[in-house]
Amino acid sequence: MAKKGLVVKAKELKTDVAVVKDLQVSIGKLVDDTWEEPMGPTPMPSMTDLRDWDFELLRRYKPFYLPFCDVCCLCTFGKCDLSGDKRGACGLNMAAQQSRIVLLACCIGAATHTAHARHLVHHLIEKHGGDFPLDQGGLNIDVEAPVTRLVCGIKVETLRDMEEALDWAEEQVTHCLSACHTGQEGSNLDFESKAFHAGMADQVGMEIADLAQISVYGFPKADPEAPLVELGFGATDVKKPTILVIGHNVPSSVGIIDYLTKKKMLGQVEVTGICCTAHDLTRYEPSAKVVGPISWQLKYIRSGMADLIMVDEQCIRADTLEEAQKVKTPVIASSPKNCLGLKNRTNDSVDELVNDLVEGKVHGVLILDSDKAGEVAVEAVLKVAPKRNKFSIIPDIEEIKAAGAACSGCNECVRACPNNQPIPEAMKAAAEGDLAPFSEILDNCIGCARCDSACPKDFPLHSFMTKAGEQKLWEEKYLMRSGRGAIQDIEIRNVGGPIVLGEIPGVIAIVGCANYPEGQGAIAEITEEFAKRRYIVVLSGCAAMSVAMVKDENGQTLYEKYPGGFEAGGVLNVGSCVSNPHIAGAAIKIASIFAKRNLRGNYEEIADYIHNRVGAVGLAWGAMSQKAASIASGFWRLGVPVVVGPHGSKYRRMLLGRADKKEDWYVYDARTGDKVYTGPTPEHLFTTAETKEEVIVMMAKLCFRPNDTTKGRSMKLTHYIDLHKRYYGVMPEDIHLFIRNKMDIPITMKPEIQKILEEKGWEETKIPDPTLLKRMVRKRG
Amino acid sequence: MSAKAESWQTAEIAGPTKANVIVKPEIAAAMIKRAKRPIIVVGYLSTKTDKDTGKMIEYAIRMNKACGIPVVATAHTIKEFVKQGFNDAIQMNAMDIGNRLKDPTWNGLDGKGPYDLALFMGLPFYMEFVILAGLKHFSTNLKTISLDRYFNPHASWSFPNLKVEEWNQSFETIINKLGGN
Repeated sequence: MAKKGLVVKAKELKTDVAVVKDLQVSIGKLVDDTWEEPMGPTPMPSMTDLRDWDFELLRRYKPFYLPFCDVCCLCTFGKCDLSGDKRGACGLNMAAQQSRIVLLACCIGAATHTAHARHLVHHLIEKHGGDFPLDQGGLNIDVEAPVTRLVCGIKVETLRDMEEALDWAEEQVTHCLSACHTGQEGSNLDFESKAFHAGMADQVGMEIADLAQISVYGFPKADPEAPLVELGFGATDVKKPTILVIGHNVPSSVGIIDYLTKKKMLGQVEVTGICCTAHDLTRYEPSAKVVGPISWQLKYIRSGMADLIMVDEQCIRADTLEEAQKVKTPVIASSPKNCLGLKNRTNDSVDELVNDLVEGKVHGVLILDSDKAGEVAVEAVLKVAPKRNKFSIIPDIEEIKAAGAACSGCNECVRACPNNQPIPEAMKAAAEGDLAPFSEILDNCIGCARCDSACPKDFPLHSFMTKAGEQKLWEEKYLMRSGRGAIQDIEIRNVGGPIVLGEIPGVIAIVGCANYPEGQGAIAEITEEFAKRRYIVVLSGCAAMSVAMVKDENGQTLYEKYPGGFEAGGVLNVGSCVSNPHIAGAAIKIASIFAKRNLRGNYEEIADYIHNRVGAVGLAWGAMSQKAASIASGFWRLGVPVVVGPHGSKYRRMLLGRADKKEDWYVYDARTGDKVYTGPTPEHLFTTAETKEEVIVMMAKLCFRPNDTTKGRSMKLTHYIDLHKRYYGVMPEDIHLFIRNKMDIPITMKPEIQKILEEKGWEETKIPDPTLLKRMVRKRG
Repeated sequence: MSAKAESWQTAEIAGPTKANVIVKPEIAAAMIKRAKRPIIVVGYLSTKTDKDTGKMIEYAIRMNKACGIPVVATAHTIKEFVKQGFNDAIQMNAMDIGNRLKDPTWNGLDGKGPYDLALFMGLPFYMEFVILAGLKHFSTNLKTISLDRYFNPHASWSFPNLKVEEWNQSFETIINKLGGN
């Protein structure tokens, strides 16, 4: 293990040959390398160390660029029209510009997570010391921090050890971002490679953040039985003084819980959360409540139920302060990244701060000390709550009726709505006192309130929807399994073989934001479709909340119906955004624990292993953020395909395979060195699905891997064909591409499939020991 | 119909190169007739029958019957085609068909050569918007037409924002001009 910052000083050193005065020797780090695993070829890789691997992936999965507009407006040379084959004043063409935008998004995402990790690690070292031991799951986890091992080649055992990994990640993100400058990178494929690099750094940053908070805050440690926590508007006891926390970085929320605990007041104040801070809050204190995903912000604030709002960082509405003012709710900002224009009052006394907030002298304060922020929040909310009396700006029905009657039907609202919801028609119905159409719109609403902004008459349309759906909202009361953290080594031992051989048909990772095209119900439907087919379904972030927000006829959510273990048919919530590396980590640990491959600094080999053998697919159905882009990018470099919902098409680039180009789908057989056709497995690295039905069929297909045994492939084909018939009503056109020999054919479908194979002129192919890397071929000479 | 048009989604503007407005449906019919290798891509909204989606799937089938234009059904749209007794549609992912249409060396669904005109309808507005942008910038000999009810500026040609009756009438005219009924 590397130890940093050793300094040796000697006032006077006498030897046989000399006398040395004021000697000072400073050593950057000492390597105490007792780790037996040999170092691989690329520890702490530079921006170009894995470029060949990236190009190998990009050779197969070529970018399809989807520009938002024809121009580039990033420098004062421009605007430059890049349409067709034109180039900008800097010489860049449209393909390079689009890939540059992708890289920018990935850099923003990676910087956000890495800065989040850096803040946490600094904060925790300051409070608990750098020697605080890391513990992800006690004896159940031997391969801790698999991403960091793989990428950086180091083991992290204490908080201080994490700084080395963060140093590397920050440096790489800075390099990648610098490549976006005018007159730097000129090739679209090199921009893509750098986007992959930023995504890989992002995975390290996230892993460090989650490992730090799991270890220090005592979150569930790789626990399949993590507690069930309450979620939904209706789960919050708003009779109590209520604090709402929003964001992703949990220390200030921990400050609230710690202060309540210290004062023996836990239970007297309702602590509720939105977005990933809510996940981490309940991992810390299971009696806290989750209101819902990111898109629940406005409706909860406007409903007036929060007596105090504390924000930290990421995915928080920029107008939180203004919205809070409307309902007389004070705001505490607690992150340097999101100061909201508020005065920094960190050094003021608690009494002063509480008094100013309670008396309404200020609408909010910035407190950059998480303990103090927590104390002020609790003391203030106790006094603010009785004064506010849950003041709400949700209008009454008469007001909505009057607005409906005054609406001119200009369509500006629907033209601003990302989901094209029929708001003008709802206004017409409202004029007649019928709010049902508005209630239906709320189901499909992502809570952006662009309709409000667009309305020339300034009608608060989002509030109209909230009123219309009020009853449904307050009936929302669900149970979600709290974020469990990592996957145990024993779980990997149990399922590694069946996954690699294809007998567990796949790992479906559903992650990301709540920018859903038609409501959040699709997430639960997709999850259950795969869980009941005994895929492993892993969830995180807002998607993990959405899954909880559907009950079956017995009143149970999927977290209650399915086990929380990494096993066939499991439905696992790993936690918040920064918990995503546990999903990548599971794939990496399969290579390590099941296949005994070395991880340490051995990225390319492990990515090649995962790409060819581990049938894992990511889905970000409601992807919205740059963080979602960098998370996806971290998976792309590992060779794991990712699908986004229709709004994800706006990421402006897909990575698509061409099933019709046979030459793209050859691998080396590591046993012989022969090149073997494997079919398009997996067919795409990044694509968009238009509907939930398409996602289900597509994800089943994207689980195919060249390494599948005949038994495994047969099972995967059974699911693919069955789902295709069910959702598309027809047999797939492409099954001949996935059948390597007759043993692959599902027995129950044999006659039907054999007929198709004859029509298609199908020929048997070998099942290789697959690799894209020539150096992995074992035969010599 | 107006010769000027604005993108249906207010912020989704294209830049210097915007779609020509189909002021008369006869223009679209003439372009389809003139094309050597046209194709139509039909998204899932065509399976709905609310005021925004009309009877798109029926129009697609009638266009196929009128001029033999091949039909790609994206997502689960294929199920509705089959339900309506139309078995000639090919199911493909919208990005996949977009990516192939971009490629001048792709020989099409029938292996007979690249397409020169691609018609789109029934995809979510913003998704069609970016696919049309991809084709605008990266295809070489392909023209695109958006047949949706709303102006989609990245197409080569697009209907303006239409009333439902105007839109339905436009389809009727196109199908009639193609010799269908």
